Amino acid sequence: MSGMNSWIAVVLYIVLAPIIGGLIAGVDRKISARMQGRFGPPLLQPFYDVFKLMSKENIVVNKHQKFYVLCFLIFVIITGCIFFSGGDLLLAIFALTLGSVFLIIAAYSTYSPYAYIGAEREMLQMMAYEPMVILTIVGMYMVTKSFNVVDIFTYNQPLIYTLPGIFLGFLFILTIKFRKSPFDISMSHHAHQEIVRGVITEFSGKELAYVEIAHWYENVFLLGMVFLFFATNWAIGAAFAVVTYLLEIFIDNNNSRLKWQFALGSAWIVALILGVGNIAVLALK
Amino acid sequence: MNTVLFLIVYPVIVALLLLILPQLAIRKFIVVASTAILTAASIYLTATYFNTGAVFFEFGTEALNVGIFAIELVLAATIIIISIKHKQFLAALLMLIGAAMTIWFEQTYGEEIHVANNLFVDNLSLIMTLIIGIVGSLIALFSLGYMEEYHHHHHDMKNRTPFFFFIVYVFLGAMYGVVFANNLMWLLFCWEITTFCSFFLIGYSRDEIATKNAFQALKMNLFGGLGFSAAIILLFMNAHTVELNQLSGLASAVVLLPAALLAFAGITKSAQMPFCSWLLGAMVAPTPVSALLHSSTMVKAGVYLIIRLSPIFAFVQGGATVGLFVAMVGAVTFVLTSFMAISQTDAKRVLAYSTIANLGLIVVCAGIGTYELVWAAIMLVIFHAIAKSLLFLSVGTVEHNLGDRVIESMDGLIVKMPKVAVGMVIGIAGMFLAPFGMLISKWAALEGLVAANPILTVFVAFGSAATLFFWTKWLGKLIMIKEKPADFHPHVPGSQSFTLTCLAIMTVGVCLLFPLISKYSLEPFIASIYGHAYMLDQSNVAILLIMMALVLVLPLRLLSYENLNYKPQYLAGTNLSEKEKFYGSLGLTRDLSMRSFYLASIFGEDKLFKLGVVSSIILILIMIGVGM
Amino acid sequence: MSYLPKSPWLVHYDASSCNGCDIEVLACLTPLYDVERFGVLNIGNPKHADIFVVTGSVNEQNKSVIQNIYNQMAEPKVVVAIGACATSGGIFRECYNVQGGVDKVIPVDVYVPGCAARPEAIIDGVVQALGVLEEKYKKMGKVAK
Repeated sequence: MSGMNSWIAVVLYIVLAPIIGGLIAGVDRKISARMQGRFGPPLLQPFYDVFKLMSKENIVVNKHQKFYVLCFLIFVIITGCIFFSGGDLLLAIFALTLGSVFLIIAAYSTYSPYAYIGAEREMLQMMAYEPMVILTIVGMYMVTKSFNVVDIFTYNQPLIYTLPGIFLGFLFILTIKFRKSPFDISMSHHAHQEIVRGVITEFSGKELAYVEIAHWYENVFLLGMVFLFFATNWAIGAAFAVVTYLLEIFIDNNNSRLKWQFALGSAWIVALILGVGNIAVLALK
Repeated sequence: MNTVLFLIVYPVIVALLLLILPQLAIRKFIVVASTAILTAASIYLTATYFNTGAVFFEFGTEALNVGIFAIELVLAATIIIISIKHKQFLAALLMLIGAAMTIWFEQTYGEEIHVANNLFVDNLSLIMTLIIGIVGSLIALFSLGYMEEYHHHHHDMKNRTPFFFFIVYVFLGAMYGVVFANNLMWLLFCWEITTFCSFFLIGYSRDEIATKNAFQALKMNLFGGLGFSAAIILLFMNAHTVELNQLSGLASAVVLLPAALLAFAGITKSAQMPFCSWLLGAMVAPTPVSALLHSSTMVKAGVYLIIRLSPIFAFVQGGATVGLFVAMVGAVTFVLTSFMAISQTDAKRVLAYSTIANLGLIVVCAGIGTYELVWAAIMLVIFHAIAKSLLFLSVGTVEHNLGDRVIESMDGLIVKMPKVAVGMVIGIAGMFLAPFGMLISKWAALEGLVAANPILTVFVAFGSAATLFFWTKWLGKLIMIKEKPADFHPHVPGSQSFTLTCLAIMTVGVCLLFPLISKYSLEPFIASIYGHAYMLDQSNVAILLIMMALVLVLPLRLLSYENLNYKPQYLAGTNLSEKEKFYGSLGLTRDLSMRSFYLASIFGEDKLFKLGVVSSIILILIMIGVGM
Repeated sequence: MSYLPKSPWLVHYDASSCNGCDIEVLACLTPLYDVERFGVLNIGNPKHADIFVVTGSVNEQNKSVIQNIYNQMAEPKVVVAIGACATSGGIFRECYNVQGGVDKVIPVDVYVPGCAARPEAIIDGVVQALGVLEEKYKKMGKVAK
């Protein structure tokens, strides 16, 4: 993409991603409710929640946590900016890792047992999905000979043809990244008995809103990654991104939360079989 | 030329002075002055030979060679006597074989050996020079205050500080020798001296474990040294040369086996699997030793040698296969030691494992040896030397104040010892986070590996995930905000805080300056070998620098928070009015305390270590076999 | 108008109830009543919650817990006492260790009677609490100004 276009993409991402991300969250809650035989909240409920959190009083355990959460939001946004401006995919992932580490140390800094156990589990999740993320990018490079999103995007054939294993592996870890059951072990309110709210237990008001907004940005970025696999056709790409998310909602509602051992073990085995298998096939060609 | 000689000889003179003048005041003066002089001389040398390409010096007389030979024999005899005294017959035997090989070689071919250039300087040696000169002498400075405190904490131990400094400075001289030597025999001579220095420093405390570990390190490094000797002999017998710069021009049949043997020597020196246990054992030495020898310089000699060999792996016919197995040893080491680091509670052991892992990554890069990967390897050497010595020295400082070096004890260090903790945070961030150094090089390594050998990226992917886990876990411990104990009064001597500050600034500095380092130093060097250079894409560098600026500027936000409503942690409503205490069962008042995951059942040493030893021995055997 | 009434998050504490009212509170979340229609979430963490729902009477053991939870909530916040015990001590009020209703230890904004309180009554109480929440928010704004 030329310089001007990528700047437009960045601005569009910064403005539109939270709107899209919030709507996705709204649809998610609505569909989940319907699947459970409930009517569910209004579509705009996630926005109401965030606006409400913004208007609440600011209480903190210490001031450092505010700073770390701010950094989390900023670096998650930077991740998306790098991605949607057509930049280097590895760099985008590194920025996301930095952002996630900021969230984890925000939780650590509060010296709260629930945040602490959440932070440890969050790290386990990161360790679980990180190899597959790297392998995904490696696979994309092997096909397109580039790490740049813009080159991968304009590649003349959908990546899904050559990277089916990697796509499935990526779908698997996407469940962890979207914080869906069976891998919602670090901050789900369903796990209240064990961890209260895990990582985000000690955040309130504005910070909690930041965390929520950061997740919206992150989810849009992740769906962008899914889109890349089908990038030759906008409609099909977008359709697959939607289907993927619906699939995640389905998985979420049909699974109970499992232990971290399963998250780590299964994610690594999937990465080893589907990810490495696909790469080996490409390397042998 | 004179500066090169000065850098080798001066530390040795300082060493002798420090040995014969044991007074504290004199030692302080000499060490402080030497830090300045060595730093200045290293910078001066860099300025003189900057981008001149490789400059060779003939320098060398018959007398000098005889002198070196004599010293070698005396040292060998000393080591054999010490080994026999401690009933370490294997060490004595290895030394005896090494000495016998040297004597035989000198006797048989001594007359025929004609070395055109004994010494040389190029950009890679200059980078190593700066690391040795600046980081090395800063660590020596750190030791001034540290060793005083060390003996304060261990009164029952005999104070041999003059001997300590003697060895440290001899080591610095030898290290300069390693990076300037073009004559492989000289290189081996300096190489063996660093082994002996390491041996004496690990055994510094002279207790049972220290002695045992010192001999273990000695044995493994002597074993590697045998490979080195064998390489030299083979090289001379088949190709009539013992010069480093001639290697990549030799025919495949002649050079492959010596290259594999030299790589083997490099693998032992860099504590790769299966030899990594010596470096773990070396952690019993005083912390500056771990920082100097076992993370920033001596172990780098091993990877330095492998980087020197990488043109052979890249260009010589059949070299790629040998290189692949070298890289595989590094890859296995990187993954398994990163895993094992997760299960460690001792901070120095975590650092040791991480050092081995990073050396492994450098070996992967150098083993494949494409121009991108050599760039990544050298960048890794630079970033790792600085950040890791910062971490080691911080741990040493913390250990003296907390009484132990267990990571669990470092809860809330940012409150207890804010300055040291910030230094450690910078060091840890430098080890694994964007936009800091190690990650930049890991990125380049990934890009290079994907193009050269995608399967190796799998090792990097899994190893990096583990790296992320154990560093973040530690980072979290450091930055916890908790109440400061009233009776805690840390003391950090001036020489230590000066060194830590310098290293912290340098850790951030090299990250900011890395585009310049790359452009003016690495690119010309790599272009001179490969014909084209590597550099990360300009726009990515810009983004990295923006991220770096953000990371540096954002903490200012901390100063601007006002009127916050502070509430204690959520403890299911059982908080007591006193902070960090809660109302437990049976009506007891309990303290908050938290412990991390170490996942020993998955990442424990017992299984993984064996796996690593077996697989790496097989790989090394194949590597040497392919060389034949 | 703030967004507070559109997104009331609850923290529910069972002081020393017979669990009757607690079952009814949970019933509100079930498909039959589905309070999430109004954006109500049982968030279970005082730091995130706007409405503190207490069931059961206050005794020596849980007095400090109720106070701690209340103190850890961010303003604006309201307290809803649900059931006879929470409003007055109920049938336990004569017990040697019972202090009485929740209003003995923290200010209560809405009282929901019943033994056990019916889900309809609980939902009604929460809806009334929303009005109080909005009022408190306006006051908070004035104080800040």
